[in-house]
Amino acid sequence: MAAHEAHAHHDTHGHDHHEEGFISKYIFSQDHKMIGKQFLLTAVFMGVVAMLLSILFRIQLAWPGEPSDFLSFFLGETWAPGGVLKENMYLGLVTIHGTIMVFFLLTGGLSGTFSNLLIPLQIGARDMASGLLNMMSYWMFLISSLIMLFSLFIETGPASSGWTVYPPLSALPQAIEGSGLGMTLWLISMSIFIASSLLGSLNYIVTVLNLRTKGMKMTRMPLTIWAFFVTAVLGVLSFPVLLSAALLLMMDRLAGTSFYLSDIIIGSEMLENHGGSPLLFQHLFWFLGHPEVYIVLLPALGLTSEIISTNSRKPIFGYRAMIGSILAIGFLSFIVWGHHMFVTGMNPFLGSVFVFTTLLIAIPSAVKVFNYITTIWRGSNIYTPAMLFSVGLVSTFITGGVTGIILADSALDISVHDTYFVVAHFHIVMGMSAVFGMFAGVYHWFPKMYGRMLNTRLGYAHFWVTIVGAYGVFFPMHFVGLAGAPRRYYDYSVFGDFNTNSHEMIMDLNMIITVFAIIAAFGQLIFLFNFFYSIYRGPKAVQNPWRSNTLEWTTPVEHVHGNWPGAIPEVHRWPYDYSKPGAEEDFIPQIVPLRAGEEGDH
Amino acid sequence: MTKLIVLIVIILGVVAIAQLVRMYELSSKLRNRREEDIPNRDNRLNAILLLVFMFAFFASVIYLFSEYGFSGRGEAASVHGKATDWLLDLNLWIITAVFFLTNTLLFGFAFKYVRKPGVKAYWFPHDNRLELVWTVVPAVVLAIIIILGLKSWNEQTDHASKEAIRVELFSKQFDWTVRMAGDDNTLGFFDYKLTNDNNPLALLTTKTIQDAIDSMENSSTGIHALELKLNDPKLIFAPEDHALMVKDLGAKERIVRMLYQLKARHNSALDARAMDDIVFNASDTLYLCKDQQYEFNFRSKDVIHSAYFPHFRVQMNTVPGQTTRFKFTPSVTTMEMRDKMSNPKFNYVLMCNKICGSSHYKMKLMVVVLDKPAYKKWYASVSKFDPKAADQCKTFRNIYPVGKPKAAADLTATATPADSAIVTK
Repeated sequence: MAAHEAHAHHDTHGHDHHEEGFISKYIFSQDHKMIGKQFLLTAVFMGVVAMLLSILFRIQLAWPGEPSDFLSFFLGETWAPGGVLKENMYLGLVTIHGTIMVFFLLTGGLSGTFSNLLIPLQIGARDMASGLLNMMSYWMFLISSLIMLFSLFIETGPASSGWTVYPPLSALPQAIEGSGLGMTLWLISMSIFIASSLLGSLNYIVTVLNLRTKGMKMTRMPLTIWAFFVTAVLGVLSFPVLLSAALLLMMDRLAGTSFYLSDIIIGSEMLENHGGSPLLFQHLFWFLGHPEVYIVLLPALGLTSEIISTNSRKPIFGYRAMIGSILAIGFLSFIVWGHHMFVTGMNPFLGSVFVFTTLLIAIPSAVKVFNYITTIWRGSNIYTPAMLFSVGLVSTFITGGVTGIILADSALDISVHDTYFVVAHFHIVMGMSAVFGMFAGVYHWFPKMYGRMLNTRLGYAHFWVTIVGAYGVFFPMHFVGLAGAPRRYYDYSVFGDFNTNSHEMIMDLNMIITVFAIIAAFGQLIFLFNFFYSIYRGPKAVQNPWRSNTLEWTTPVEHVHGNWPGAIPEVHRWPYDYSKPGAEEDFIPQIVPLRAGEEGDH
Repeated sequence: MTKLIVLIVIILGVVAIAQLVRMYELSSKLRNRREEDIPNRDNRLNAILLLVFMFAFFASVIYLFSEYGFSGRGEAASVHGKATDWLLDLNLWIITAVFFLTNTLLFGFAFKYVRKPGVKAYWFPHDNRLELVWTVVPAVVLAIIIILGLKSWNEQTDHASKEAIRVELFSKQFDWTVRMAGDDNTLGFFDYKLTNDNNPLALLTTKTIQDAIDSMENSSTGIHALELKLNDPKLIFAPEDHALMVKDLGAKERIVRMLYQLKARHNSALDARAMDDIVFNASDTLYLCKDQQYEFNFRSKDVIHSAYFPHFRVQMNTVPGQTTRFKFTPSVTTMEMRDKMSNPKFNYVLMCNKICGSSHYKMKLMVVVLDKPAYKKWYASVSKFDPKAADQCKTFRNIYPVGKPKAAADLTATATPADSAIVTK
């Protein structure tokens, strides 16, 4: 706990508060900075688990049916007899990998960590609007994480109907073993998770709207805060719909209702359910599911906006356009969910409406990309690990984004829907872009979180292994998909029955992908080492290591309850006055008043 | 032993890294360099690496395209597939161009504008003209993409012509069953409650309704048998078994009531629609005729599946309780495609593309496209009743037993409590 020894000294600053005990400071803390760190640590752990799960099933895909010590070590005789993965467990691994990555790492981890850490610090508030709700949000997140992990260890296996848990498969234990207790736990865990997310989001919204310091107009907020704010609004509007979907599914499973079930004979059993529609679940699920993509992505884009501007020593290009595109993306994300359902039997006319709205999202996305590029143009770029990850984010956002144009086009989606082309698309956007944003955030704000610096050289090694490894994993997947390989297949032996050439190609690519996945996974060990080593032994940070403008760098390095030992600072300018002509330094913090005759804002 | 060695290597590796980090920190301390100060050498190295990475990345992308092409599935084998492939290629060209252009700008600028001592960043907070350009240009390109895409989508999802042959694809865990509409080109009606071994697709005729009622009431696990068992004072059941039987009986009574309603509403004139339907066995190959339009009707017995014909560029989910449709015209016979792919073993296939259970990945149906004469010959053999080759004719009239159905499969049993019953005296 060397990193936290410094905390003991914080009363010397004269701020009115009393000495806290270990439990109220580290465990049941209501301090947003501590809660942010709790979110981060939990999410890192969940992320490591989900990554390990993906390595397990990638081994099966690359070398199907070959015994593996690695598999038998982690899964034992029950799930990998003789070191060969069982079919049901393959689906279970895929399902839990997706669930953890999307919800626990990228929603809880990314938005939970950085919204908590940065919202009060960057808007100049002493803490969140409600410390208690904030604490409850974390604890519910932890409980739901534990339930999700626990479901991996039960006899019938975890939920295994894919992370989208489409009924009837997920509603009928007769259809697949994992739809028994595993699915029940999944639903309980997700319901608690949704409650956690709602408490958090409401808190973020109220804090941003009400607790901004003097002078912090909405149009002077850093883009990080704008991104977190819109993310929270999206969460509040869409997560309850997922909760209702989950509750109806629970009723179908436990109470014999027929919301999603109709005319089913499963095994030898004729069910009486009549009149329900599986499509209803899909509509409800994707009404959350698509905003969810932006709940995952917007915080990452917000973080990188800040990091790119700081490290290029240039104002972010088109600040207002950036805000506008965040708002546009947020709004559009609510009217595009049907593009996940072009081939579900949904009315084709409805499909064409969704084609139109979905492709519109490409416009604000393009604006963001070009604004990033223009910010880097003629900058004085400093490649900290955070900046490298941000550049990586822009690159992957382009690469993953453009394939979305094909998937959004219903006529073309038909032939690649649910193939590896889709897997490639959303992994490059979520598994690379959003994760890169998260890494960038950790590298950049680590000094603010732990008062110490991460090792830069290890950061470089981590970045280069990760970007090469992850592109190596996800880029070839496009070609596996274009060859017609469906996702969630335990192996591709079926191709051997009708097209041996395709089969060979898929097997070759699958092997390459798995090798890159293993390399990329090892790359993350560098990060984990750096992270934990630096918490305790990293060099001590200075107050404003990146020479940045925003308010969090005006707080003392040692964490103080209430953030600023004295009065809350007043804000006089927008956060992006980097290399402003006429100024001596290449940055002007927001607390510096305008000089006589200086033009303010942007 | 190997595990131990691996463990030792990992531990030593971590220790080695820790030592390296210590050394690095000491040297930084000696040179009085703080961690956040990035030396120009490191900065330039990373800028160069970004550029090198870009070239390596581009090279591997080009390699992948040249090695695996725009479509690893080969050319489209259906009329609409040729059109959508053209559109897919157009879109791929557009996005590949955007991909190369924007990535080049990104990595190029990142390389070129690395911090140089004495050079200050250029103050450039916004420019309305530029922003207008990159709002309008993507909007125009997208408008073209949307218009072309929707045109193609409307053609694909339009109603099938009258001449299109109606075919039903029935899915269940984990196989496909084909039903063709027969000479009247109309698929007979169905109701899932009529399912039994003789009538796996649950076709609706006066007779199948009556058989279903009979089986529900009088089979060995039917309502009467159950009632007898439950009322037999000589039989004692474990409480769980008893509860199961009561539940089972209740379900059967409700289902049989609905079957009687079905019977009362049924118009026997509709029987003919089903009688000439050609019903194949599960996993029997699907035969199609070149240049003939087909309207596929998809059904599912249990969970959602997805009918995915990669070579015809066709995909549609099968949804329990709902019929989904897709129409297409195969345009290349299997033989022609084998030549084109120079792969004598190539076949068309129908795969399941929606997770449906443990054997999802094995759920497939072989598809053969014949030219017109060959197709006609095949069709005659399965549809025309010839007493000498009766087993080839698959019309429902021919395969559905006229007499008493053979012991119908028990479709409602939730358990087999009879075995566990204890007979007293």
